[in-house]
Amino acid sequence: MADHQVILQASGLSKRYRIGSRSKSQLSGTAQLLNFITQPVQRFKKIRRLSNFDDKDSEHDVIWALKDVSFEVRRGEVLGIMGANGAGKSTLLKILSRIITPTSGEFRYEGTLSSLLEVGTGFNGELTGRENIYLNGSILGMRRAQIDKVFDEIVDFSGVERFIDTPVKRYSSGMTVRLAFSVAAHLDPDILLLDEVLSVGDAEFSQKSMHKMESVAKSGRTVVLVSHSATAVARLCDRAIFIAGGSIVASGSVEQITGLYLGNTVHTRATKIWHAAMAPCAEGLVRLLSVRIVNAELEPIEIVDVRQRFGVEVCFEILQLGRVVLPEFQLVNAAGDILFTSIENRTEWGHTPRELGLYTSTGWVEGNTLNEGRYSVNTSLSSLAPRNSYLTENEALYFQVIDPLDGDSARSDYGLTPPGYISPRLQWT
Amino acid sequence: MLMLWIWRDIKVRYAQSALGVSWSLFPMLSQVLIYTMVFGKLVRIDSDGAPYALFALTGVVPWLFFSQALNAVSSSVYGAGPFLQKIYFPRLILPIAAMFDKFFDFLISFCLLLILLAFSGASFSISVLFLPFLVLIIMIAVLGFGMLAAAVAVHFRDVLHIMGYVSMALMYASPVVYPVSLVPAEYRYIYSLNPMVGVIEGFRSALLATRPMPWDLIAISASVALCSLLLGVIYFKAAEAKFADVG
Repeated sequence: MADHQVILQASGLSKRYRIGSRSKSQLSGTAQLLNFITQPVQRFKKIRRLSNFDDKDSEHDVIWALKDVSFEVRRGEVLGIMGANGAGKSTLLKILSRIITPTSGEFRYEGTLSSLLEVGTGFNGELTGRENIYLNGSILGMRRAQIDKVFDEIVDFSGVERFIDTPVKRYSSGMTVRLAFSVAAHLDPDILLLDEVLSVGDAEFSQKSMHKMESVAKSGRTVVLVSHSATAVARLCDRAIFIAGGSIVASGSVEQITGLYLGNTVHTRATKIWHAAMAPCAEGLVRLLSVRIVNAELEPIEIVDVRQRFGVEVCFEILQLGRVVLPEFQLVNAAGDILFTSIENRTEWGHTPRELGLYTSTGWVEGNTLNEGRYSVNTSLSSLAPRNSYLTENEALYFQVIDPLDGDSARSDYGLTPPGYISPRLQWT
Repeated sequence: MLMLWIWRDIKVRYAQSALGVSWSLFPMLSQVLIYTMVFGKLVRIDSDGAPYALFALTGVVPWLFFSQALNAVSSSVYGAGPFLQKIYFPRLILPIAAMFDKFFDFLISFCLLLILLAFSGASFSISVLFLPFLVLIIMIAVLGFGMLAAAVAVHFRDVLHIMGYVSMALMYASPVVYPVSLVPAEYRYIYSLNPMVGVIEGFRSALLATRPMPWDLIAISASVALCSLLLGVIYFKAAEAKFADVG
């Protein structure tokens, strides 16, 4: 973080593609015969049109995969680019890695730039693991001497030592991917462009590669990472950009952008507010107004640090006098298992009928309780004696729990996500 | 990287075949055998006084290098498929590597050619030293025409369909199975616009000493080859930017 000089700068990048248009319908016999003669000419024009454009934007079969994208990356910064499928992320990376040229706009960078858009491109089955390391390394821009230097590390990291002189076609697919990732992970350019490469191999290896990428990111390398994974972006990146429909929708802190991304793509977020008319309502008795994940200052948050105490805030309205109403919620993990149920337990509400009006209750979850992952919340309004559930709203919201790996969470310095439903930080004596 | 790439092509091509690299000799030997039977024994084409088999051999060896390399270079960019889409590297590597890959085969056939000539009692003259120069002309012509074809082939696969026929036609437009002396003198300069004419005649002159070195033909060959290289590189560089979009 010593200097904050801009190392990669993109301004107004746009990319236009032509999508195929439907060919005409069936023709009569003579017309088909005629067509046979004229078609080569039409095809010729069509193929030419693939890369030649009129300057009219009105052409109906033209799409802008990327439109007017500008941003800067400073030296040592790790920038995350998030967006749904087809948002233009990969097009952007391809432009930056010089594989395709932008229709308009330009970018410049300093130093060397390598990109890894897919693990294992350029691996050849007939060659041995050793040969592929050298070949792949050189394709990705390493010099022979550089590869010699990290060769043992690569082999060691991939865990395929025993098969290093076996042709890669006899490898299991997992081994190939591991080897390919290992080569890529040991690249040493000034700027590294990565696309969705963290999700390779089995669970253990993908954790290992995440950890590796993390050490790369924290070693002061400049990285641009495209990912679907909010966890990966939140862990690795300093700053993020959210792309939709080919344009930058938002750019800012990792927390903001991952929150926005989760909210936009999963169509849920950590705050759920119902409009009065749509609110879940139990026969004119009670109505649910909102459920939110909040921090200690009662501000809504999208991402929860694994060490952080957070609250599930339920806001509801009593519409009829004389009811005992207790809000409760369940915390559900990504696999759909209910971790626990928590019910409002302040004694004043246990047996006391409520007045008409708005109520807000917040159940607090201590820091260092949950494991990393994505959680949803089921909310109910009910009474206990007699047990009566007025209404239940399942999966009212989703939120993400992330471990920044500072070494002071339950996992300590362990790089992998510790198995288990929860991850409490226990006292050891 | 270029070296590794060439080496990969060669290694992959002969991986898991019992005869391995010897396969590179097969096209040459089979063609010489056929030509000797058909044109040497049946048609009895004049071979400038040399034994027909050797005459054919000295034509077939440079010719096969030219035609195989031209084919390989033409399809090199299209054939790189996923590489183009996923990795950035100087695209010029593709045609150059394809050419050197075939050059390796050529070297092997050329060694066999020298051995066969030595066995048949030929005495090599000083003009053998011109051979590297002739080979260089082949390389330049292959790269020039090949890169043009390769760049067009990315857009129009038609080029690849045509290449086989073009190279067959070119073979008969080159003095592979017959001597240049069969071509009427008034057409000889037009004929020698085909860069392989000067090269093959040069090969025969150097190895069989049937005729003096045809410097006029070689000069035309070299000029045509250089022009094609210039055109090829310019067009290739211009088309390069769109390879990944269309290919």
